[in-house]
Amino acid sequence: MDSFGWLLLKAFIPWFVLLNMIPIMIFLERKGSALIADRIGPNRAFIPGLGLRMAGMVQNLADVVKLLFKEEFVPNHVHRRLYVFAPMLSLFVSLTVGAVIPMTPAMDLEGGVFQVQGIDANIGILYVLAISSLAVYSVTLAGWASNNKYALMGGLRASAQMISYELSMGLAVVGLFMVYGSTSLGDMVASQNDTWAWVLPRWGVFLQPIGFVLFLVAGFAETNRNPFDLPEGESEIIGFHVEYGAIKFALFFMAEYIHIVVVSLLIATCYFGGYQIPWVSPETIQKPDVAAMLGKVLLVGGILVGCVIGIQLLKWHLSNRKIWKDDRKREGLVLSFLFGWIPALIALILLVAWDGTFGATGAGLLGGFIGFLVLMLKTLFFCWLFVWVRWTLPRFRYDQLMDLGWKLLVPVGLLNIVLTGIFVKLGIW
Amino acid sequence: MERLIFYVLATVAVAGALGTVSFKNPLSCALSLVVTFVALSGLYFQNDAPFVGVLQLLVYAGAIMVLVIFVIMLLNLPDVQLEQERVSRQGIPLALFLLGPLGVLVISRLISIELGEKPEVNASFGSAASVGELLFEKYLFQFEIISVVLLVAIVGAVVLAKKRL
Repeated sequence: MDSFGWLLLKAFIPWFVLLNMIPIMIFLERKGSALIADRIGPNRAFIPGLGLRMAGMVQNLADVVKLLFKEEFVPNHVHRRLYVFAPMLSLFVSLTVGAVIPMTPAMDLEGGVFQVQGIDANIGILYVLAISSLAVYSVTLAGWASNNKYALMGGLRASAQMISYELSMGLAVVGLFMVYGSTSLGDMVASQNDTWAWVLPRWGVFLQPIGFVLFLVAGFAETNRNPFDLPEGESEIIGFHVEYGAIKFALFFMAEYIHIVVVSLLIATCYFGGYQIPWVSPETIQKPDVAAMLGKVLLVGGILVGCVIGIQLLKWHLSNRKIWKDDRKREGLVLSFLFGWIPALIALILLVAWDGTFGATGAGLLGGFIGFLVLMLKTLFFCWLFVWVRWTLPRFRYDQLMDLGWKLLVPVGLLNIVLTGIFVKLGIW
Repeated sequence: MERLIFYVLATVAVAGALGTVSFKNPLSCALSLVVTFVALSGLYFQNDAPFVGVLQLLVYAGAIMVLVIFVIMLLNLPDVQLEQERVSRQGIPLALFLLGPLGVLVISRLISIELGEKPEVNASFGSAASVGELLFEKYLFQFEIISVVLLVAIVGAVVLAKKRL
């Protein structure tokens, strides 16, 4: 499975997943903020003819069209080359970081073992730290190249903040290395499969609770999200991208969301078992008989869930029909087919046509897909946590930020390493 | 393929180094140095030393150069504050005299290099574990000495920067 095509596929899937998480993140952010602020959120944009609004998802399409067709404006006073280069770098860096994260368990296919992981490097998480340390440049350069006091201020804040919190992130990760005895993310996830202390799965969060908190806080700071969004600080300086517009601004935004997804993926991978389902090993799922049973359960469940969704959406459609006079009155009907009846029908056809057994390849693919879904579920939770925190907590003051980073997180990180060393030596972990 | 990657990385590294000394804008110089570091890190990766490559990125490109750029941005120097340096006539023989032997040495070494296939190394070569073993067993004393030197430098910086502690 080392041919060029497979390698290309391995490189393509993480990239594809990360890019497609952007609209989901924007949707989460908008609807999440609306939920927390007790508003409705975006619900106006719809696809003509079908009337699809998808609870605000279509607003993303409208935004993309707007950002793409806006004038590509470059102010006169900027350093032109760096000004254009900075957003590209920011997107490049956040997309590249995801390459080392194992997205599925090793799938035992007929042609060999296949695992969706761009780079299966021994250095694993060190690669993440190295590449994400380059992310500072995009923000800093954007601030400097804009040739604007406020933008420069944002850039300076960003560089100081990201260097400071990179340190605590590194210290948190050292604890993981000591516990799992490896720097490779693949090994780390694989060794989170056992149980520990009788019932708990051997997840990083149970073995390294202090390290988890450190990593989470540092992750928030690295992504420049609230409560650490001083580089942006829209209520005081507007931040490093104040001179950017149209798609160049959108690139920064995409990079920020991908960064959130990558940090969530890393938290899920390092501290929450990655693609593992607790107490079930990925090999068990990939056994043909287990996979066949799972497949039947999934198909029957799919039919039932599809019917329920279809009925609910049809009910919604009937009530909608009286309210809306334009295309939106069809939304419920289209959605009920899209998410209810058609998937249910496909599941039914598959159930009838399928002989009820799996070969090695089918079982492996199903196991890999379930692993991927589990990882995405964990990741989405942490993406939601990012949104939740942003709309709940106020921003730090700058001196508080530095105090927290250097006077609290770094000593706690060092203490965590010492404690971990003692525990590892005693053989408790 | 391998040689092609090498030549690309080497060209980028040299170009970055040339940019570092020839750009007028201090920020452009610093950024060229970052380009060199990234290309060097790629070369380390190619030569089966991924750990060193990552450290190159993490420490030099990710931390030290960020600090340098931070300072440049804080000072916000105009493009050329220094006067245009002129090469004086007397300087050239002196430079040749001082750097000539070094140049001859480097060039003679370069000519004598035979281009061959990359030798095979064992799997643990260049991993974090093997570097750690060297650092904390064989070269432990040197490592500690360097740590103390760095500590002295940090203390000195703090004392110089903060007159009243």
